[in-house]
Amino acid sequence: MAHFQRIVPAVVVAFCLTAGVAISGTLDAVKTKGFVQTGVNSDLFGFGKPDEKGVWKGLDIDTARAIAAAIFGDAEKVKFTPLTTKTRFTALQSGEIDVLTRNATQTLSRDTDLGLDFVQVNYYDGQGFLIPNKLGVKSAKELDGASVCVLPGTTTEQNVADYFRVNKMKMNPVVIENNAELAKAFFAGRCDCLTSDASQLAGIRAVAPNPADYTILPEIISKEPLAPAVRHGDNQWKDVVNYVVLAMIEAEELGITSKNVDEMMTSTNPAVMRFLGVTPGNGKSLGLDEKWAYNIVKQVGNYSEVFERNVGVNTPLMLKRGLNALWNNGGLMYSPPFK
Amino acid sequence: MATMELTKPQKVADAIKPPVTSIGIIGWMRVNLFDGWFNSILSLIVLYLLSMTLPSFIKWAFINSSWFTTSDQCKAGSGACWSVITANIRFITFGFYPHQLQWRPLLAMIILVLLLFFSQNRKHWRKSLAYAWLLGLFSMGLLLKGGLGLEVVDSDNWGGLPLTLLLSVFGLTAAYPIGVMLALGRQSRMPIIKSFSVVYIELIRGVPLISMLFMSSVVFPLFLPEGVTLNKILRAQVAIILFTAAYIAEVVRGGLQGMNKGQYEAAESLGLNYFQAMRLIILPQALKIVIPPSMGILISAFKDTSLVVIIALYDLLKTTQTTLSDPKWMGFSAEAYFFVALVYFVCCYAMSNYSRRLEKELDTGH
Repeated sequence: MAHFQRIVPAVVVAFCLTAGVAISGTLDAVKTKGFVQTGVNSDLFGFGKPDEKGVWKGLDIDTARAIAAAIFGDAEKVKFTPLTTKTRFTALQSGEIDVLTRNATQTLSRDTDLGLDFVQVNYYDGQGFLIPNKLGVKSAKELDGASVCVLPGTTTEQNVADYFRVNKMKMNPVVIENNAELAKAFFAGRCDCLTSDASQLAGIRAVAPNPADYTILPEIISKEPLAPAVRHGDNQWKDVVNYVVLAMIEAEELGITSKNVDEMMTSTNPAVMRFLGVTPGNGKSLGLDEKWAYNIVKQVGNYSEVFERNVGVNTPLMLKRGLNALWNNGGLMYSPPFK
Repeated sequence: MATMELTKPQKVADAIKPPVTSIGIIGWMRVNLFDGWFNSILSLIVLYLLSMTLPSFIKWAFINSSWFTTSDQCKAGSGACWSVITANIRFITFGFYPHQLQWRPLLAMIILVLLLFFSQNRKHWRKSLAYAWLLGLFSMGLLLKGGLGLEVVDSDNWGGLPLTLLLSVFGLTAAYPIGVMLALGRQSRMPIIKSFSVVYIELIRGVPLISMLFMSSVVFPLFLPEGVTLNKILRAQVAIILFTAAYIAEVVRGGLQGMNKGQYEAAESLGLNYFQAMRLIILPQALKIVIPPSMGILISAFKDTSLVVIIALYDLLKTTQTTLSDPKWMGFSAEAYFFVALVYFVCCYAMSNYSRRLEKELDTGH
C-alpha cells in the first residue's frame, strides 16, 4: 500500500509532465473557461461544507471565492469539487481542479514528490487530544496503552504514531473513516482518547452529550500549516493564488474590511492606495485587474472577517485566533508589502 | 317426506366444525410456530428476544422520538431524532441542486417512477409505451438540465436521490443488453468476437468497481487533449454500465449453457439462421432461466452506485453523510442511516418482488 501511494502519484505526475496537460498557463485557462475549479473538503465544518440549502461555507471555501473575486471580480465564479483525503492530490495533479483549498497540511514530501506547490498558509493548525475527564489524565504523556480514535490517510495518523513512539508509549489505534463516525465512536467509549487537528477538537467536543465531561489536553503534538496548493511549475498561477491569500491578511493589517472598503478608496495612505489599486501596478504584475484586491475585500472580506465568520468564537468551533492572529498581535499571519 | 330425509344428513355435515385448536389464530400458531418441540423452542427464543428488543425500539423510534425539532431539542430528548432527516430533507434528497428549482428533479423522479410502475405490467408492452418512454426521458432530461426556457442547471450540481436513480436505472437498462451480447459473443464460434468477449469479461470482472470509477474520473482525463472535459456523471455512468454488463454476461452465459442441446438443434433443423434462432428460441428460454440471478446482480449494482462518492458525486448516501458532518446533527447518524437504508430497501424490495412476479408469469412448466 505504501508503495502504491507513492507510485500512483509519481506515474500521474509523469503523465502531466510529458503531456504538458494544464501545466502551462492555468491562469489563462481559467480566464477562458470563466470559472475556477476548486477542490474542497465537503465534511469539515468551518473549512468546507455545504449547509442545509446546499450553499458552500467555510474558510477554505471563502479562500476559493477570493481567488474568483480576484480574477473575475465575481466571487461566485467558482465551482467546487468535493474531494476525499485520498483523491485530493490526484485530482490536482490530473488537472481536474485548478487549485486545492482543502485543509491540506504542507509538508516537504508533498511539496516535492507529489509535484505540488503550497502557497501562503490560510490556517495554522496543530494536533491535539480530546479525552473524557473520567480517564483522569492530565497530560498526553500519560496516555501509555491508550486506544486512540483517529482518521485514516492523513498526517494526523502518522503524527500520533510518531508521538507515541518517541515517548516510548504503546498505542492502540482505532481508525474510523469519517469525522461524524469518529466522534460518535469516541463518545460511545470505543476509544480512550480522540486525536485530531486542534481546530476540530472544540467542534467535536461541542457535540458531546455532555461537553463538560471532556477535556482538550494542553499538548499540541504537531505543526499543521494548512495551505492551498497548486500544481508545481506554473509560477504565474501560484503567484495569483498566493497573493490572494496574502491580500486578505494585508487587508486586515491595513484595517480594510468589506464594510469600509469603499471609504478606503479615498484614503491617502500610500500602502492602502497601492493595495486597492488606486495607485495602479499590482494588478498588472499579477496579470489581473487593478481592482483585484478591492474585489476580494468587498465580496469576501479580510482575513479576520473570514476567520470569525467560519471558525471564530461565535461559531460552534469556538476558535480563538491564536497562531492565526496577525504578526503584530502575537500570531504568524504576516504579509510582505504590496508594492 | 322423502325430500326431508335427503336433506337432513347434509345439515348434520354442515354442523360439524373443525376443532378449535386447528383453525384461527391458535391453529395458525400450532402449524407455523409450535410444530414439534424443536420449532417450539425456537419460537419461544425468538419471542423472548423480540419482547426484549421491540418495546425499547418502539419507544425509541416512535414514542420518545422528535420529528420536527431543532437539534438542541433533540439532544434534550431521549428518543430518536428524526428531525435530522426532516430538517435536512431537501439537501439529502437533491444535494446541490439550486434550492428554488428543486421541484424540477422532484417532478422528473415522479415521471420516472410512474413510467417504471406502468411498464411493470407486461400487457402494457406496446409501441405506445416506447413513445411514452421517449417522451418521458426527454422531459426528464429537460427538467434536470434545463433549456427551452428553463434555467440551465450544471450537471455538477445534480445529486441525492435523483442521481442515485439516474445512475442505477440507466446503468442497469443499458448494461443488460450489452451483457446479453457479450454472453452470446463468448459462445460464438468466431474467434475474434469470442476472444474479445472473453478478454473483456475477465478483465472487467478482475477489477473492483471503485478502481474503475477512479480511473474514469481521475486517470481518463489525462488522455484527453487539453480543454476537453467529459461530463463526470457520464463517465461514472459508463463505468457502471461496463462493469455491470460483464457480470450480466456471465449470468446469461449460464442460462445459455443450461439450455438443452436439443433446442439448438431444433432451431437449426427448422432452418432458422443464427439471429432468428437466438431471438425466437434460445434467448427467450435462457433469459427466463436466469431471472433470479440477474436480479441479484441488478440489485447489487443498484446498491453499488453509492460508490460514486469516491469520485465526488453526491448520491443519496453521501448527501446524508455530509449532513451528519454538521456539528448540529453529528450525533444522529443512526437515524440518518436508518432513513437511507429504508430508501434502499424500498427500491430493492420492489425489484426483487417484480422479478418473482415475472418469473411466475413466464412460467410455462418447462
